[in-house]
Amino acid sequence: MTLLPPKGKKKLGLVIDLDTCVGCHACAVNCKEWNTGGHSAPLPDHDPYGADPNGVWFNRVHTFEAGEGTASRTVHFPRSCLHCEEAACVTVCPTGASYKREEDGIVLVNEDACIGCKLCSWACPYGAREYDTDAGVMKKCTLCIDRIYNETLPEEDRVPACVATCPASARHFGDLGDPNSDVSHLVEEREGKELMPELGYQPVNRYLPPRTRQKDQGASGVGAALTPVTDPDAEGAGRFLRWVDRVLSR
Amino acid sequence: MHPAYSVIFFTTASGAGYGLILLAALFGVLNGVPLDPWFGAITLGLGTILITGGLLSSTAHLGHPERAWRAYTQWKSSWLSREGILATATYVPLVLTAWGWLVEGSLEGPFGVFACILILFCLLTVHSTGMIYATLRTIRAWHDRMTVPGYLCFALLNGALWFHAISQMFGYQTPEIALAAIIGLFLTFYIKRKYWRSIDTIPGPATPESATGLGDIGRVRLLEPPTMTENFVQREMGYSIARKHAQKLRRICFFTYFLIPIILTGLTSSSDAWIAVPGTLLAALSASVGVAIERWLFFAEAKHVSMLYYGAERS
Ligand code: SF4
Repeated sequence: MTLLPPKGKKKLGLVIDLDTCVGCHACAVNCKEWNTGGHSAPLPDHDPYGADPNGVWFNRVHTFEAGEGTASRTVHFPRSCLHCEEAACVTVCPTGASYKREEDGIVLVNEDACIGCKLCSWACPYGAREYDTDAGVMKKCTLCIDRIYNETLPEEDRVPACVATCPASARHFGDLGDPNSDVSHLVEEREGKELMPELGYQPVNRYLPPRTRQKDQGASGVGAALTPVTDPDAEGAGRFLRWVDRVLSR
Repeated sequence: MHPAYSVIFFTTASGAGYGLILLAALFGVLNGVPLDPWFGAITLGLGTILITGGLLSSTAHLGHPERAWRAYTQWKSSWLSREGILATATYVPLVLTAWGWLVEGSLEGPFGVFACILILFCLLTVHSTGMIYATLRTIRAWHDRMTVPGYLCFALLNGALWFHAISQMFGYQTPEIALAAIIGLFLTFYIKRKYWRSIDTIPGPATPESATGLGDIGRVRLLEPPTMTENFVQREMGYSIARKHAQKLRRICFFTYFLIPIILTGLTSSSDAWIAVPGTLLAALSASVGVAIERWLFFAEAKHVSMLYYGAERS
């Protein structure tokens, strides 16, 4: 049924920290790698080494510039399905292929029922759905349902592939419907943002804005001086320390 | 939005078809035209060909046309599903009305009721086509009060002009249609003008700042897209036409859809057949070209909000 289920208590989703994301695209690559063998496998990958590589990705990393002059920031911005509570991609679907799960709020596509009309991708403001031209069906982020509930994986690996791989720990997974979960605390502390709230889709995922810089907080902006371990000129510095210094500065 | 030819053909052809069938049923019921079986066969037949061709072409762009029947199931939430059901259901009163007109030679009693149901279903089907677009909050140019009236007017008017041309071929004097068509053309033009002014002046609510949540830092602009080549979303949603070209096409639409048909209909409809037939036929043809251009523009001028993630400055 493409009617939305009654709002459940559990809202699984991602919290993405735009302060720590370094824009390495590891989440996007690991997402592609896992999902091309997972629930929605395979993901098309045309001309991967050629001039016009193309295919379905559930997660893409954009880079934005915000603000002006010395106050401006370069912000890497990973974008994937936000598993909206008012998911119009679900309600517009004529076949019932798109659905939102009542038990955890995850939005999925039943590929056996999808007719490939693409209307759901038109209804998504975040550009999260991508059409698989090989299979003739729509594909999207599954929040790695084949990992998060997978009992054959060690417990610490039962998180979405993007979260598992992020080297900067910029991605957090959890229940945003539970005000006491770690992710909810993070959102509260860092004033996590909802994307395009004015459209009324009520996305579950949240984005933590970059922290204000130390300089902007009134610090000098110059890194505090560290006491050197070895100061060759310091009095009493023996030959050994001078030697160590030479070796270390090679 | 990428203007897919199958969708443009579908909405213009089926729109004209529903308009033509509706006009035929209306004039049949009101005794505005004689219930000549040939006349009925040509108007209702041409209408049927147009709506069926349109429906088939709309299934042609599906990834899995063989599963199209599944689209009948989600009428509770989906306008696309409702459109599919209504479009299919319309064939029932259509066949019954055609039976009354062609076989029984009468549209009275139950056949009159069937004709009225047919009129209602034609309106509802075109209305639901418009609603598919009008309910998409992601596309400012479609999420507009004038979208559904626009769809209805274009369908009715295009149908009326074809109906008028066919009745001229049969030598029927139908000044009511000519008058209705001219008034309708002015009305459609008014609606379309309002629509164009609305999409030119009122942008969508979302901005690059709200799309990224970075507005507190300042103005937001794209530095690097995710990939060097275009992905599905960019190809499907990122089509945009140069403003200059859009203005030119709007003018062509004005001439072909409004001006030429109004002049031709006004000048020729009450003259002798050798002027009236080609005149009204040309009016209908010209309007059909105009609708196709209008529909193409409806897509090409529509900006999708997801393009804010790919460098668009407003939605
Ligand atoms: S493309 Fe598939 S999932 Fe999307 S609206 Fe159409 S049928 Fe539903």
